Amino acid sequence: MTLFGYRLPMMSSLVVWCLIWEIVGRLELVLLFPPFSGVLAALVELVQSPKFLAATWTTITTFCIGMALAIACGVALGVLMGRVRAAENLLGMWVNVFASAPLSALVPVLMILFGMGEKTIIVSVFLFAVWIIALDTQAGVKHITPSLIEMARSFGARRFDIYAKIILWAALPEILAGIRLGFIRGVKGVVIGQLLVSIIGYGELFELYSRTFLMEEFWALTIVLFAFALLVAHLVGLLEKRVEYYAGVRQ
Amino acid sequence: MVAVTKLRAADRHGEHMASLESIISVRGINKVYPGQVHALKDVDLDFPAGALTTLLGPSGCGKTTLLKIIAGLLEPNTGDVLVKGRKVTAPGPERAFVFQDFALLPWATVLRNVGFGLELRGMAETKRNEIARRYIDQVGLSGFEDKYPHELSGGMRQRVGLARALAVDADVLLLDEPFSAVDEQNRRKFQEDLLRLREIERKTFIFVTHSIEEAVYLSDRIVLLSRRPGRVSQVITPQIDRSGSPEEIRRDRAYLDTVEEIWQGLRQFVD
Ligand SMILES: Nc1ncnc2c1ncn2[C@@H]1O[C@H](COP(=O)(O)OP(=O)(O)OP(=O)(O)O)[C@@H](O)[C@H]1O
Ligand SMILES: [Mg+2]
Repeated sequence: MTLFGYRLPMMSSLVVWCLIWEIVGRLELVLLFPPFSGVLAALVELVQSPKFLAATWTTITTFCIGMALAIACGVALGVLMGRVRAAENLLGMWVNVFASAPLSALVPVLMILFGMGEKTIIVSVFLFAVWIIALDTQAGVKHITPSLIEMARSFGARRFDIYAKIILWAALPEILAGIRLGFIRGVKGVVIGQLLVSIIGYGELFELYSRTFLMEEFWALTIVLFAFALLVAHLVGLLEKRVEYYAGVRQ
Repeated sequence: MVAVTKLRAADRHGEHMASLESIISVRGINKVYPGQVHALKDVDLDFPAGALTTLLGPSGCGKTTLLKIIAGLLEPNTGDVLVKGRKVTAPGPERAFVFQDFALLPWATVLRNVGFGLELRGMAETKRNEIARRYIDQVGLSGFEDKYPHELSGGMRQRVGLARALAVDADVLLLDEPFSAVDEQNRRKFQEDLLRLREIERKTFIFVTHSIEEAVYLSDRIVLLSRRPGRVSQVITPQIDRSGSPEEIRRDRAYLDTVEEIWQGLRQFVD
């Protein structure tokens, strides 16, 4: 962006928006928008509070457990569907349905099944992430050059070796692409799960702040969550750059 | 137990191949692919030990199919493959395959690729690397041990494929059009290297190619297959003196005559 012939740094438009927010807040037009400076002050206080730290810990552990399960099951399911025609016919449709369904609608059902605790959050992270991982893995497995598998067989490979030394590696770029998308969906899963359960993690804090009209804290928490989502997306993006390089030289 | 077919030798290995055993025999092979594609019909063949036999025939006549059946990668509908007189139905350590598209692991270095057959057999890493280095040297790729396949030319990649097959020390090498994805200069160089390698390694080669010249240049025996359904239409034993330089061989009377003879034999299959 340039202004009066000067090149402005990348984030400068953000400064403009923050200024507008500050002005709107000062005018006290809408109750929903406290001045931005107040939000910043609340943010500093928030990240030091034990409540916030506990909520962060809950969020991170549930997210990691859910993602680990989603990656393990998603890759296994994808490999199964990519290798076994019957499994593809039987499961393919459902995996596709779940990959594109609005899963938030299922979270209340999960609360009935798994209670109002961390289990529900873990399951919702899992359900948000697993299907896309399975689909991408399946696509990768289906595109393996058949001669690689024939080669391994011709040198006497056992079935386990064919999976561990050929199939998983050959499909790795697609598997990692699926995991990247899974991470982004998993972030949605952990946030939506917590908001709906609303008695643990950030969900509890959101519930508290919005019920008591603590708008400064409310927005501070929102900013933290957005930053968390952006950070995950960015880290996964870094990973993917390396994978793309690898996928490009595959042929 | 050892069913041995004696064949009369008629080639440059004259002395020590005076009475040859066939190391591989195929008996009554029929292969029908789904959709009534009759690829091979009643194929009976013997492959003499130590010789290079070429399968030559029109496109789609079933050369690859036959080679993969011999390798144990495909099952015939009827018929048997015998290796040293024993029936086989799966790949085994006495046979090694060289693939038309190289079939190298893109995520592995040349060293690991060459040692991959040994790795699958559970050989310890230091030992298999030592063997791999020896064969990398033998196919002329010294210094490329740590390169990845995408960093190599087509010809070099196929040398990796060849070294991998040599490293497992199989008796029989099965090569499916190994040079078809390699440019002409490299192809000739490769052919010469293969002749030289045969002198050192004393293995049996079964070779598939499209090129009549290549077949005559390299082979002790040439099997002509007919158009689909593929069957053996003729077996030719070129009598070529390969002691001279490559140029001399290619100008040799016997070489040119054999090329002509095969062309006459294949001509009927060309529309
Ligand atoms: N998996 C398959 N399913 C159905 N038909 C097949 C299959 N594989 C090969 N065929 C057919 O069987 C015939 C023989 O195939 P094959 O690949 O053995 O021929 P080829 O002699 O190696 O041909 P080329 O010279 O083109 O490599 C061909 O007509 C081919 O179309
Ligand atoms: Mg072929």
